[in-house]
Amino acid sequence: MTTTMERTSAAPARSLRSTEQIPTRRIIGVELQKMFDTRSGFWLLVGGAIVSVIATIITAFADPHLSYGAFAAAIGAPLSIILPMTGILAVTSEWSQRTGLTTFTMVPHRGRVIAAKLAATMLVGLASIAIAFSVGALGNVIGSAITGHRTVWDISIGNALTIFLADGLGMLMGFMLGVLIRSSSGAIVAYFVYALVLPAAFGALAAFQAWFRHAQGWVDFHDASTRLYDSGMGGSDWAHLAVAGLIWLMIPLAIGLFTLSRSEVK
Amino acid sequence: MRRVALHGEDQDMISIENLSKTYGGFEAVDDVTFTARAGRVTGFLGPNGAGKSTTMRIMVGLTPPTSGTALIDGRPFAELPNPGLDVGVLLDASAQHAGRTGREILALAARTIGLPRIRVEEMLHRVSLSDSEAERRVKNYSLGMRQRLGIAAALIGDPAVLILDEPANGLDPAGIRWMRDLLREYADQGGTVLLSSHLLHEIEVVADDLVVIGNGRIVASGTKEDLLAAAGTFIRTRDAAGLARALSAAGISSSVTSEGAVRTDADPEQVGLIALEARIALTELRAADGAGLEEMFLELTAEPQRDPISSEGAAA
Repeated sequence: MTTTMERTSAAPARSLRSTEQIPTRRIIGVELQKMFDTRSGFWLLVGGAIVSVIATIITAFADPHLSYGAFAAAIGAPLSIILPMTGILAVTSEWSQRTGLTTFTMVPHRGRVIAAKLAATMLVGLASIAIAFSVGALGNVIGSAITGHRTVWDISIGNALTIFLADGLGMLMGFMLGVLIRSSSGAIVAYFVYALVLPAAFGALAAFQAWFRHAQGWVDFHDASTRLYDSGMGGSDWAHLAVAGLIWLMIPLAIGLFTLSRSEVK
Repeated sequence: MRRVALHGEDQDMISIENLSKTYGGFEAVDDVTFTARAGRVTGFLGPNGAGKSTTMRIMVGLTPPTSGTALIDGRPFAELPNPGLDVGVLLDASAQHAGRTGREILALAARTIGLPRIRVEEMLHRVSLSDSEAERRVKNYSLGMRQRLGIAAALIGDPAVLILDEPANGLDPAGIRWMRDLLREYADQGGTVLLSSHLLHEIEVVADDLVVIGNGRIVASGTKEDLLAAAGTFIRTRDAAGLARALSAAGISSSVTSEGAVRTDADPEQVGLIALEARIALTELRAADGAGLEEMFLELTAEPQRDPISSEGAAA
């Protein structure tokens, strides 16, 4: 190993030069960009916009009792179904599309990347509800002017905050399923089970089984979080939300984060 | 913390020490130790499934090792503040979002690393991806285009170290030539290049140093010249059997190939002297390069590759 220098070049050995950590803000910005720069992300966004416009128009002409709440709900409901999928795909595409190979070598700290994805997901949720409120307000003013109804503003500040919370929990649900399952198709199927199948199953169970009717609030997360959309969350409603959220959201999220931190990126 | 320089030189940019990775009972990487030095191209050679990719994934922190260390200039990869500026990595050119354009993928890399947007255009130009190709989604890229894009992403931060897993896969002959020149130039400017391949000929033309892995273990490593020299001497003569006897009488083992040529581990000078004494005319006498290395590669890798079926733990 001593006579091995003949091909070594005259140029001095290059050494490492990076000194500054990548700022968290930049990682969040990149993650936001990644949520919408793919075909699927783009169409989720366009789909959300189209649905909210259609919902506004239908509400304006079909609902006999025009009110701000009716508009906001009509726009917010479809968005709250569609947008958690951006949270799912933000996480799962790193595995399903195998972009994690690049992402986690440019930022070799899974925790930082996943935290940035959570922040980006929440920002999207926040923005979407803000848009729903704004478009709803516009629809309410224009709709009532066209139809000659009185303009009704029926959402209190407190209720607006619980609606933001409900939406945030929905986004967190998508994010959690992405972290736990780490496969786009699997996580989206699980999401529809969570959002559509389970609530129906719990509803049916409660309708036919008296013993379950009392327990439903504690174990049915969809039921517990839907109450956030109505005004007047009582103490027991908050308790139900906390318990159901622990079971369906926080525990699976903890398991998902643990397995993700130890998993291999291939 | 500074590393212990294995060769007493201060230019080991990649140091792998006693690295092991076990899946269940299966040793994918088994006590691997080697270095890659600045200013040189190090070829990481081995058949498919020998543990090259696993070793490279461990190097960049994607896979946790079972034991051992992998350091970049004395530091674990994850401790590099902004790795994109220091180490260019291409592990799998197909591991990109099919729905993104080539330009967007480079733009994301540039933004993450904190580089000006102009670097994207420079890199597209460097790897000869045209404007219209850059606007296409990666789904519609050929494997060769994906490799070029992957090389562009690895080079975008102008790193001192390149880690490339099978970068020549899918490239046409002109592309392979281009890649070879690019890596040579990178090393000549003081960079460290580690590239893997399962094809000897591909790596032989560009590498200065070779690390040969088979079944998770390093079976040979050193400079290409050393490994070639170790491959012995190649002789042609009308009297192959006579030469073999003469060599044997001098205590040198040799073998006669199916084409009537003679191979031995002794060096050409020694063989020439013995042939002179035995009065055997030689028609050809040379160091067994190329073909010898190939034989070594087959020898070194074929045996451990066949072995694991019977060895314990392979079932895992």
